[in-house]
Amino acid sequence: MSTATTSFFEPASVTSSGRPVLHQAEVECHLLSSVDLETEPTTTATTTINSLDFPALKSGLGILTTHRLLWLPSNATTDSSSPISIPLSSVTHIFSPKKSIKSMFHSPRIRFQVSVHSRSVVVTLVIRGKGDIDGFLTKFWDCWRGRAWEIGNDSGGGSSSGSVPASGSVSGGGLYSSDGSVRLVGVSGILRKEQEMWESTDKSLQEAFHDLNALMIMTAMRKAKEMVILAEKMRQKLLSGSSSQSSSGNDEEMGSKEEMQDWLLSVGIVSPVTKESAGAMYHQQLSRQLADFVRIPLEKAGGMINLIDIYCLFNRARGTELISPEDLLQACSLWEKFDVPVMLRKFDSGVKVIQNKSHSDEEVFARIKNLVSKPEALRSGITASDAAMTLGIAPAMAKEHLLTAESKGLLCRDISPDGFRFFINLFPEINSDDIHMMNSGGPYLVSSSMSCLWKPGEGSWDLFSLDKKLVAVSAQKSETSTQHYNRLLMQRIFSHFTRSAIKCQSNLDRPGFKVALRRDDHKVAAAAQRHDFEHTIKST
Amino acid sequence: MQKLGDFKLPQFFNYPPYFTLQPVRDTREKQVQLWKELILDYCRTQKIFVIGLEEEFPLFSNHLIESRSLSNEINLIHGAGSLSNEAREAFLSALVSEGRAEWLDRGHRKCLILWHRIQDWADILLHFVRDNGFEDSVMTVEEIRTGVESRGTVHTLTMKSKSAVVHLLPAVELHGIDRIILMRALKLLEHKGKLAIFKGTSADDEGVKFSV
Repeated sequence: MSTATTSFFEPASVTSSGRPVLHQAEVECHLLSSVDLETEPTTTATTTINSLDFPALKSGLGILTTHRLLWLPSNATTDSSSPISIPLSSVTHIFSPKKSIKSMFHSPRIRFQVSVHSRSVVVTLVIRGKGDIDGFLTKFWDCWRGRAWEIGNDSGGGSSSGSVPASGSVSGGGLYSSDGSVRLVGVSGILRKEQEMWESTDKSLQEAFHDLNALMIMTAMRKAKEMVILAEKMRQKLLSGSSSQSSSGNDEEMGSKEEMQDWLLSVGIVSPVTKESAGAMYHQQLSRQLADFVRIPLEKAGGMINLIDIYCLFNRARGTELISPEDLLQACSLWEKFDVPVMLRKFDSGVKVIQNKSHSDEEVFARIKNLVSKPEALRSGITASDAAMTLGIAPAMAKEHLLTAESKGLLCRDISPDGFRFFINLFPEINSDDIHMMNSGGPYLVSSSMSCLWKPGEGSWDLFSLDKKLVAVSAQKSETSTQHYNRLLMQRIFSHFTRSAIKCQSNLDRPGFKVALRRDDHKVAAAAQRHDFEHTIKST
Repeated sequence: MQKLGDFKLPQFFNYPPYFTLQPVRDTREKQVQLWKELILDYCRTQKIFVIGLEEEFPLFSNHLIESRSLSNEINLIHGAGSLSNEAREAFLSALVSEGRAEWLDRGHRKCLILWHRIQDWADILLHFVRDNGFEDSVMTVEEIRTGVESRGTVHTLTMKSKSAVVHLLPAVELHGIDRIILMRALKLLEHKGKLAIFKGTSADDEGVKFSV
C-alpha cells in the first residue's frame, strides 16, 4: 500500500516549462496557487486505507480543467512530490462548504469524494493562497456536471449530455454552450468541430464498406475486391478533401490524416491560458505556455525569432483569446525565473528576439564571415538582404546579426547612396607603421582574395580567377603576366602554393609582373618576375 | 598603384569602408589613425597647409569607388567613396587633438595642417639661419617665405649633393610656408629671445632681426 498515492491518483505529465500536458479537447478552467491536497479514508471504502499512505501534497498549484483536477508542485526542482491528476469522472460527490464559525478562521477548503476501483476517499483542497475560491467551486461544479470527458470518448453521445442541468453555465463564464457541451475555444475549436463532422461522415462510410466486405466474401468475386480498393481510395480522397476544404486552400496534396493533425496542432492552442482561468497566475502560466509554444517556430527559424513574429504566431494559435504585446513581453521577461530552454534577448538597437539558451552567435558569425569573404562581397560588400537570403532569416534579423558582427570587429560598414553595405573588416590588417604595407599572414589575406579588392579593373585578380588566367605553356609549365606589380597578388600566390616549392626569378628585360608555375611530379613551382623585383622563396 | 598627381596612394584607398566613419570603437581608432597619417603624408608632399572642409580636397574622395557606385546622379551631392562632412571633421579634429592641426575658425570650416609642429618649424628656421649665415641679419617675413635667399640655397645644395635634398633641407621646407605658421614659429623664437619682429609700414613687410 506504500504506493497508494501513485496508484490511487493518476500521475500527470507536464511540459519542460512546467505546464500540464492536456488531453484532446481538454480546456483549463481555473487555477489556484498554494493549494494543499489532503486525503482521508471514508467508512464506505471496502478496503481500509491508512491515511499515512497518502502523503500530504503541500502548497502546490491546483488546476481545474474540463476533464481533470491537477495538482502540480510549485517548484518542480526542489519539491519531491510529483504532479498528480484526478479525473473528474471519478468524483462522486462534491460537498457543500460548511458555514461555521470555525471555518472563518481556517483557510478555505473544498471537499469532494473520489472513487476509483471501488475505493473511495474524501479529498480536501486547502486553499492557503489568495484566490477566487467561490469562482473555483462554481467552475468545479460546472465541469463536473458538464461531463466533457464523455463528449471526447463518444462523439455521438456528446449532445445527449444536454440533459444535465446547465444551471452553472449562467454564472460560469461561458465555458459551456447552452446544450451543456464544452464550448470550443479559438481557431482550433472551429477546426475541431469541422474534424468531428467529417469523422462522423467517415464512420458511416466505413460501415458501408463493411457490408460490402461481407458481400465480397459471399460472392467471392475479384471484381468486388477491386471495388473495395477503389472505394478505400475514395475514402482517402474524402479525408484529404475535407482537410483542404477547412484550410480554404486548393492544395489537393494536403494529404493524410496525420498531416491534418499536425497542421491542427500548429494552428491552435487547445487550452489557451486566459486571465479568467489563471487569475493572479496569469502571466506566470502564460509565460510557461509560451515557452512550450515557441519551441517549434524557433526550431524552424534557426534558433532565433523576432518577438513580433512570435506575437503574431502566438495570437494566431490562440485564436479568439488574444493577448496584448504587454502581456507577451511580461511573459517573456518571466522566463528568467523559470527553468525554460528559451530566453529573451535585446539587441543594442532595441530589437527584441527570442532565442534558445543554447544558441550561439559564433555559428552565425562564421557564416557571415564566409559570406563577406567571397570575391564579389570583398569588392562591393553585402547588404542585410544578402545576409538574410544566405542565413535564411528575416532581413531585420540579419541586420542585427551584421551589426553585432560589426561591433565584434568582424565587419565594417560603408554608407553610400546605394545603401548600407557591410565589408569584412580589413582595418586591423593594415600596417600602422607604413600605410603602404599590409600585415601579411593575416587570416583574411590568406583566406580571402584580396587582390581583387585593391585593384579594381584591369589588375584585378582573385584566387578563383587565378587558375583561369594561367596560360598553359606546356604540360609542366603555365604562366601569366600583368602590367602592375601587385604585392598582394604575390602574397596570394605564395600562400596558395605554400606547401610547394616556389621559385621567383627576376627578368630585367621585361617590365611588369610575370608568374610562372611549373608542375613537376607533385611539386608546383611558381616564378614571379618583375623588372626590379628579385626574390626567391623556397618552402617545403 | 593608384596615384594622385605624384602622390602614391595606399592600397586601402580603394576600400569603401575607409570612406565611411566607422561606429565601432576599435575599428574607428584604426581608421582615424590611417586617415591622420594619410592627410599628413599628403599635405607634406604636396605642401598643403590649409584644408577647407567645404572645398574640394583630392584625398576626401575616391573616383574609383564613385564610378563603381550604381547611382552616379546622387553621387554629386554626397557619394560613394567620398567622405561626409562629419567624417572630415572627425579626422581633422583627431589631428587637432594631437597638435598636428589647428582649426582656423570657430565653425571648424578651415583647418591648418601642421605636418611639422610649430616647435619643429622654429627649429627648421634656426637651421636655415645657421646654414646660411644669417645669425645677425635682418630679413622680411616675405623673404623667408618666397625670397631669393631660400630659393637660391635650395638650388646650390641640390646640385651639391643629391641625397641631402631628400630629407629636411630647411630652405626647401621653408619655401612657400604658410604665413600663419611662419608667424607662429617666429613668435615662438622671439619669445625665446632668438629674434625680434618689427613692424614695417604695411602688414606685408614685417621684418625679422635674428640674434641667434
